[in-house]
Amino acid sequence: MIAFEAVSKTYAAGGNAALSAVSLSVQAGEVFGVIGASGAGKSTLIRLINGLETPTGGRVVVDGDDVAALGVDGLRALRRRVGMIFQHFNLLSGKTVAQNVAFPLKLAGRPAAEVTARTAELLERVGLTAHADKFPAQLSGGQKQRVGIARALATGPKILLCDEATSALDPETTEQILDLVSGLNRELGLTIVLITHEMDVVRRVCDRVAVLEAGRVVETGAVEDVFLHPASDTARRFVREADGEPAADAALTGRVVRLTFRGEATYKPVLGEVARTTGVDYSILGGRIHRLRETPYGQLTLALTGGDIGAAIAQFQAAGVRVDDLSGETAR
Amino acid sequence: MSVSNIDWSEIGQATIDTLAMLGGSMVLTIALGLPLGVVLFLTGKGQMLENRLANGALSLLVNILRSVPFVILLIVMIPLTVALVGTSLGVAGAIPPLVVGAAPFFARLVETALREVDRGVIEASFAMGAKRRQVVLGALLPEALPGLVAAATVTAVALVSYTAMAGVVGAGGLGDLAIRFGYQRFQTDVMIVTVVLMLVLVQALQMVGDAVVRRVSHR
Repeated sequence: MIAFEAVSKTYAAGGNAALSAVSLSVQAGEVFGVIGASGAGKSTLIRLINGLETPTGGRVVVDGDDVAALGVDGLRALRRRVGMIFQHFNLLSGKTVAQNVAFPLKLAGRPAAEVTARTAELLERVGLTAHADKFPAQLSGGQKQRVGIARALATGPKILLCDEATSALDPETTEQILDLVSGLNRELGLTIVLITHEMDVVRRVCDRVAVLEAGRVVETGAVEDVFLHPASDTARRFVREADGEPAADAALTGRVVRLTFRGEATYKPVLGEVARTTGVDYSILGGRIHRLRETPYGQLTLALTGGDIGAAIAQFQAAGVRVDDLSGETAR
Repeated sequence: MSVSNIDWSEIGQATIDTLAMLGGSMVLTIALGLPLGVVLFLTGKGQMLENRLANGALSLLVNILRSVPFVILLIVMIPLTVALVGTSLGVAGAIPPLVVGAAPFFARLVETALREVDRGVIEASFAMGAKRRQVVLGALLPEALPGLVAAATVTAVALVSYTAMAGVVGAGGLGDLAIRFGYQRFQTDVMIVTVVLMLVLVQALQMVGDAVVRRVSHR
């Protein structure tokens, strides 16, 4: 649905690149997250998809069209197929909720009767029918983002771009908005690209994620893999921020391992069983049990002492638990 | 000094002349200054029609007109005014210099009001597939409306004092009355009445302007 082919973007001639040789592909119907610190190039990346920015190298292909090769009319047609929501909502302050939602339809020159009907339908979907005649300043942040979502959906797009859409919201509202966004993905089959600096957002709604660092993609993969087994330092840092995973203490004795349980294994009493049969003692250094969208998972960091540690590890692996030996990684 | 010295019909006529000068010049000032301010904004750095040459030229023109003291402008403009409206006297003769004096001032205020519009809103409009014209007419100007009304109010108040100066070159109106009777004939009472009338006019303009700003502002 969306492909980045060695895309680069440099703002000032001779200046630093905002993006360097970024290649990505987003499949139709998936929720694709891009995570990165501020200044990593996330906003530039998402704006290349609807042509708000143009690449200085490479190609961005969206829904079969090379964005940079589209003419003015082609680009406007593409933008009607790509909705966008923003961190600060960017609603028109002088227009009511209903007028804001109707705005893209009016821009597209749709007949008045259709505009009215479609606006009512969209407000219903985001649960704002009662607020149709209010102005944005009279709404809460979550309500404003709902208006933003309704407006982005007005022209019936196939793709929804979320530019830090929950970064200005409190945790509870963030959850509601993310639920709404996931619902759109499931019910309308929307392809969603979201950029964020919060791993938590990625964990809740994304299927796949790309990790951006200083304009380069340092890691891409299924959210489960990147979240549980981050390969890059950047990804590890985001995961640790999300979970507060403790660093191993140098004073520890024994072998430090991290166990990852996924799916059904999460609920089995594996740990006690292994300890009993192999005579290994364990102390728990840290752990987390959570959900990645629908999949439950658990991760435990243990120090193993005594008994047959090798057998214990083999038994964990046989039970479907992934074991990472952290003894060599003191700096974690 | 007594109120009976005052020729009220003369004051009535002067008030009508002042209002006519104000109304006529205000309409033309907006008609010229608004597009000028929009172009100044759009050709500015980082804006959608960024053009250093056009922006620099317009900016210079505006600065030149704004740096000429209005009294001088009134006199310098006389040949042009005669060419435009056939006379340099009366209400008609006053309007061209008033517009030339006020339009650049208003244009700068318009430019400032447009700069206050959240860039995110403009970006969002483009992201929705708006044409430039649609962004300007459908998002930029409506979002700037409270600022534009405030700018028009300030300009109207400035025009009131300009009309008084226009009295110097035979435009008539309250300012002319104040100078002819109040200053040249030492009729202080006439001067006081005209000054009070102008004060009332300014106050009324400001109140109406503020009320409209409140009405159109939904921030």
